[in-house]
Amino acid sequence: MKYEPLPTRPGIRFEDAARAALDNTQLRRNMGKATQTIRAKRAVVVEELPDWQALREAGRAIKERTIRHLDQYLLELEASVQRAGGQVHWARDAAEANRIVTSIIQAEKAHEVIKIKSLTTDEIGLNEALLEEGIEAVETDLAELIVQLAGDRSSHILVPAIHKNRSEIRDLFQRKLGHSNLSDEPKVLAAAARAHLRRKFLTVPVAVSGANFGVAETGTICIVESEGNGRMCLTLPRVLISIMGIEKIIPAWRDFEVFLQLLPRSSTGERMNPYTSFWTGVAPGDGPRAFHLVLLDNGRSRVLADPVGRQALYCIRCSACLNICPVYERTGGHAYHSVYPGPIGAILTPQLVGVANASSLPYASSLCGACYEVCPVKINIPEVLIHLRGEVVREKQDHPTPGGPDVEGLAMKFLSYAFSDRKRYERVQKVGRVGQRLMTRGGVIDRLPGQLGGWTAMRDVFPVAPQTFREWWSARS
Amino acid sequence: MSTARDDILSRIRGALEDIPSAERSEHVAIPRRYNEQESIPHPELVDRFIARVREYKAQVRRVTQDSLAASIASACTARSVRRLLVPADLPPGWAPVAIELVVDRALTYEQLEACDGILTACTLGIAQTGTIVLDSGSGQGRRAATLLPDYHLCVIYDDQIVGLVPEAVARLNDVAHRPDRPITWISGPSATSDIELNRVEGVHGPRTLEVLVVETVRTATSTDG
Repeated sequence: MKYEPLPTRPGIRFEDAARAALDNTQLRRNMGKATQTIRAKRAVVVEELPDWQALREAGRAIKERTIRHLDQYLLELEASVQRAGGQVHWARDAAEANRIVTSIIQAEKAHEVIKIKSLTTDEIGLNEALLEEGIEAVETDLAELIVQLAGDRSSHILVPAIHKNRSEIRDLFQRKLGHSNLSDEPKVLAAAARAHLRRKFLTVPVAVSGANFGVAETGTICIVESEGNGRMCLTLPRVLISIMGIEKIIPAWRDFEVFLQLLPRSSTGERMNPYTSFWTGVAPGDGPRAFHLVLLDNGRSRVLADPVGRQALYCIRCSACLNICPVYERTGGHAYHSVYPGPIGAILTPQLVGVANASSLPYASSLCGACYEVCPVKINIPEVLIHLRGEVVREKQDHPTPGGPDVEGLAMKFLSYAFSDRKRYERVQKVGRVGQRLMTRGGVIDRLPGQLGGWTAMRDVFPVAPQTFREWWSARS
Repeated sequence: MSTARDDILSRIRGALEDIPSAERSEHVAIPRRYNEQESIPHPELVDRFIARVREYKAQVRRVTQDSLAASIASACTARSVRRLLVPADLPPGWAPVAIELVVDRALTYEQLEACDGILTACTLGIAQTGTIVLDSGSGQGRRAATLLPDYHLCVIYDDQIVGLVPEAVARLNDVAHRPDRPITWISGPSATSDIELNRVEGVHGPRTLEVLVVETVRTATSTDG
């Protein structure tokens, strides 16, 4: 597996990757079924709460307060965790975070760690970095295990193996877990994973997790999950390392009364997820003897600097925006080429890595606004998408591509020149009327020449009228 | 050489330059116009709690204080539980007869796993979500003990049931500050929907969760809501 420190690949355009994904009918069927099912479940449990909109307002306000005073809350969290017996580390980027985690594991003389599903560790390429140091990271979430065994990539932030069906998973388990005659019943497959991982839970000395929330006031860290693999990792090993993006902080314990209503209903469409764990530092006689919290920047302070874009940091990773998005539903997660796919990925990835490195993602949307409607912390995703499209254009103007002229930019410059003066505009109309004769068929232009042809690939252009209103008006008098 | 901590903090402060320097965190208002307390009568709350625990495919039964030990015994028998793990501070009167009790006095993980089930109390239940909450308080055991055995039998008194999530969070405020009191919220048995979104109950945690709701003896004038 190749080491990829960044969550994206600058050379790949969304529209090309999407085209490949759309050709895969199995993938489209799986994604369609998945997104529709979760969407429907979410709608039912959200409908049930009469105060849902008030909860969203509160969730957004809490996140806004946190982000506007992030330095203060980080220092408060650091002090709280240390007071409770935990150790706090700071990591500027992925490489530094990986070095910190590696050295903690090496100090324990461990060659294997168990992991709770974590987007943050995917973002920093932790598993690959550990492998280079001879440390094996074992994913314990069922879907992550499937993806890991298959040498594949996640396609959904909540259910990463959603692009695989049961018989594909059965074949994989037979090949990799030494089973024969496994049925493709989900219950049987889950039991095979339980048996495979139980020994690991009991013997591996170090666990690595992400964090759903970190409470500045108390130093409490929270993980929400379903399978119990999270509880196993948080409880059984002697050392626990949690890697938390600096934006995952919430000010006070009380704030859980908002987020533990918003998150499960938006995420899995349940009133509550099966297991939610909270721990504050180290508990004597219960769980790990050492707790390390790694606070990760890795581009987040760059996102913070943009007053419009910084709301992307409010995200609590529920995936409601993925499930509602008509684009994501058809392309799946791989087309986004980032650990953060879907609408939230389209605004988060370009900001984390710089718009020049993910310039097609702000366009991976029809701007229908459904993502904003479902977002539990009211991130105005369409607003940020449009803002980032502006950034992409500015980026192109500042750094023209060496490959050839920027046709769109030149066209806009010409239009600006023509529209800024009436006489000039009228001259252009007359020239256009002559020029368009060759291209007009049946009253429309269905094909523009050269690179302008991209515009007419999907639509027709109406030609300049034989007589404008002004011409008609002056001829009339 | 500056540390990562200094660098990150200074990047953050630089990035937030547009925020007025006089603004304090508490100036950013948080509108809390959501419901903080459920207003329906308590007996209805208990009904709702039971219905919602059941929706998660957990077993749930109403019992009386007098029949508690017998109910625990019959639940164990029905599940073929022969060796039942219990915390060292199990409330008096809960111990079932004819079932071997294994008291968790610093047992190894292997010893915990060798038990057929675990019996605990809890600190509260949430009707809105069908959740039971363990906060490492008395009779609740340590976290590994409620995790490794395949069957969790949890006893809740009906006056421990609150209406809404905000009520539960408020009650847990004090223990949340204490390192020695990790908190676990449990809503049904462990589950996964990772394979074609088919829900499978029982992955790594206890595959069966059973909840006994004990009727609290109250006076006729009790209006606890």
